[in-house]
Amino acid sequence: MAKSKIGIVIEREYLERVKKKSFIFTTLLMPLLMLLLMALPALLVAFVDKSETTVLVVDNSKRVAPLLENSAEVKFEIAGDITVDSALRRTDVGAVLIVPENVFDAKRANLKLYTNGPTSIITEGHITGQVNKLVEQERLHHYDIADLDKIMAEVESNVSLSTLRNDSDDEEEALSSGLSYAIGIGMSFVLYMFLLIYGQMVMTSIIEEKGNRVLEVVVTSVKPAQLMMGKIIGVALVAVTQMVLWGALLAAMSAYLLPAMLPADAMADIAAVQAGNIDGVSDQGSIEIIQAMASLTQVGNILSLVGLMTIFLVLGFLIYSSIFAAVGSAVDNIQDASQLTSFAVFPIIFGLIFAMVAASDPMGPVAFWASIFPLTSPMVMVARIPFGIPGWEIWLSLGLLVLGFIGMVWVAGKIYRVGIFMYGKKPSIKEVVRWIRYK
Amino acid sequence: MDILQVENVCKAYSGHIALDNVSLSVPEGRVYGLLGPNGAGKTTLIRIINHITAPDSGQVLFDGHRMTQNDVEHIGYLPEERGLYKKMKVGEQAVFFARLKGLSKADATRELRKWFEKFDILSWWDKKVEELSKGMAQKVQFIVTVLHRPKLLIFDEPFSGFDPINANLLKEEIMKLRAEGSTVIFSTHNMSSVEEICDNITLINNSRNILSGNVEDLRRHFFADRYDLTFTGDPRELMLRLEPVADSFKLLDPDGRGRNRISLHVTAGSTPEALRRVVAEANDAVALVGFAESIASMNDIFIRAVEEDSANR
Repeated sequence: MAKSKIGIVIEREYLERVKKKSFIFTTLLMPLLMLLLMALPALLVAFVDKSETTVLVVDNSKRVAPLLENSAEVKFEIAGDITVDSALRRTDVGAVLIVPENVFDAKRANLKLYTNGPTSIITEGHITGQVNKLVEQERLHHYDIADLDKIMAEVESNVSLSTLRNDSDDEEEALSSGLSYAIGIGMSFVLYMFLLIYGQMVMTSIIEEKGNRVLEVVVTSVKPAQLMMGKIIGVALVAVTQMVLWGALLAAMSAYLLPAMLPADAMADIAAVQAGNIDGVSDQGSIEIIQAMASLTQVGNILSLVGLMTIFLVLGFLIYSSIFAAVGSAVDNIQDASQLTSFAVFPIIFGLIFAMVAASDPMGPVAFWASIFPLTSPMVMVARIPFGIPGWEIWLSLGLLVLGFIGMVWVAGKIYRVGIFMYGKKPSIKEVVRWIRYK
Repeated sequence: MDILQVENVCKAYSGHIALDNVSLSVPEGRVYGLLGPNGAGKTTLIRIINHITAPDSGQVLFDGHRMTQNDVEHIGYLPEERGLYKKMKVGEQAVFFARLKGLSKADATRELRKWFEKFDILSWWDKKVEELSKGMAQKVQFIVTVLHRPKLLIFDEPFSGFDPINANLLKEEIMKLRAEGSTVIFSTHNMSSVEEICDNITLINNSRNILSGNVEDLRRHFFADRYDLTFTGDPRELMLRLEPVADSFKLLDPDGRGRNRISLHVTAGSTPEALRRVVAEANDAVALVGFAESIASMNDIFIRAVEEDSANR
């Protein structure tokens, strides 16, 4: 009997939330939004205003102007022998560039650009880039070295580093530490947000139930402890649903959408890296990014990470939502809850801070202990997992998390049972502690 | 047969005593009034009966055995402050509560449709509770309370917030449930409704049971040896004439036909001789049309009992 009742409560809590329009909306839209955010810079560059700016060049050195090359954005017009003043009177050009006489000799020559209207950072970068290159070449030529261009081409270095695990047979597992760092921090952050948002969801919904007296009716059918667990499990299932849907959407997108969006030669490079053939990569300059993409388009990688993350999410949520539930039962309104919620919010924040420490030093003592301690472990552990830590550490962390959860639920249940019938004055922490000891 | 027996129940919260050795027994198939001023301990007692809180000492027997969590399924409780999920649809919500009380989904839906039809609210099924008025929500809550046909119903101020028409509808339903064998515990401040529907009452004041009994008996015996006289004639003459046999006269409001009424206390007590003498003397002085025992209103009883109890502390 008792079991099926908790099932009815879970069912209600779950369906109530999953059927909400806002849930469906955020669940489907968030991954798209994230993808859009990632793609936004590239799109912006593609669509940015390509109108040409004419730059009138007053060249006092006489040697720069003829060498300037026009580009899509900037068109140079050589002013010839006019004074600066008369050049500045020309308002039909986009800008007037004054090149000083000492441009080849001074340590830091100062070019001046007088603009008629705003100029883009691209135009400015284009001009300084060209002039710098000209000056460098000019100075190098002073040394009169034979085969200079050839030497320069040989000198140019482009080192790349691909990290492979020596202690593991599976070469695909290798993630560069930069990528591990990014993934670890990312997962910690997602966990942090889930714990805070879903934990507070439990709390506010208990405060609401207490406020409109639904609890008085429900507890005549269900034991308070069952009701609390029903709510926690129901909300946890909602969180898992969202996490799994996001994971599936991301996996699908990285398997189908990302390859479609990336240029074909980049995909070929990615395939080369996935096949373990780094030399096959055509554009060696972007090897880091290609490597990252190679791991991201590996659906298996994403699924195993999301899977572990979901486990830590659920266990972490069970602990934290019990704290939030106890707080919610003890107060009458959200305002009163703020002081007590610090018991849940601070550990979550500390967890995120330790996670950042752990991501930069995944094998250090801080990382180890913080990923074992039940309150901080969810965030810290997911930050370490991408680095490939020993399995026993994950198991130890999970085990302690389960123990911590059982203890926390026991305490929270005691507080909840008394708290839901206490109206009026906000209880002090001392009073709440006394409730735990009530018969 | 008593369906519910509360025996010597005590309950203290930090700093104050909510229930001090309270005992009462509720006979099966009756409407039992649980009365008392605000803060007397009624709600605590109801919570103990509902197994929400445990008493510090004493016990509660249900159907003759010590009450367990399973017995709570046979109770329907309508709390004073109604509680429904605001964002949930009326029908879904009612089904949820019915399932918690042990009904299957199909049974619950079928029964609920019957009740909704009876109360003429079937059109609310897909509305959210927050769209309903207070009175409408209370109807839903009432249905949720009685749906699983509990043996024992506990109503805490069931009529508050209802217009007279709906209050009447509710009263009829309560009496019908009683006729079908349900026992009702009825907690209220509304004394006239107690007179109308309660068979027995318990009055709790300052955490203690200060008065228990059958409503009729209480009302009859509350004013010992007091009688009401209805007559045409001069009230003063009547009082003068009756002075040797009666005292503490009280002029009452005239009855519906404009006849005078007084109430008096028979000094010699309610012996046949004394009563005959009162009637004879009265008939001599005025034209007597009615002579009857004074029946106290529950209001009188409530106020006097609480005042006397408070004075004795």
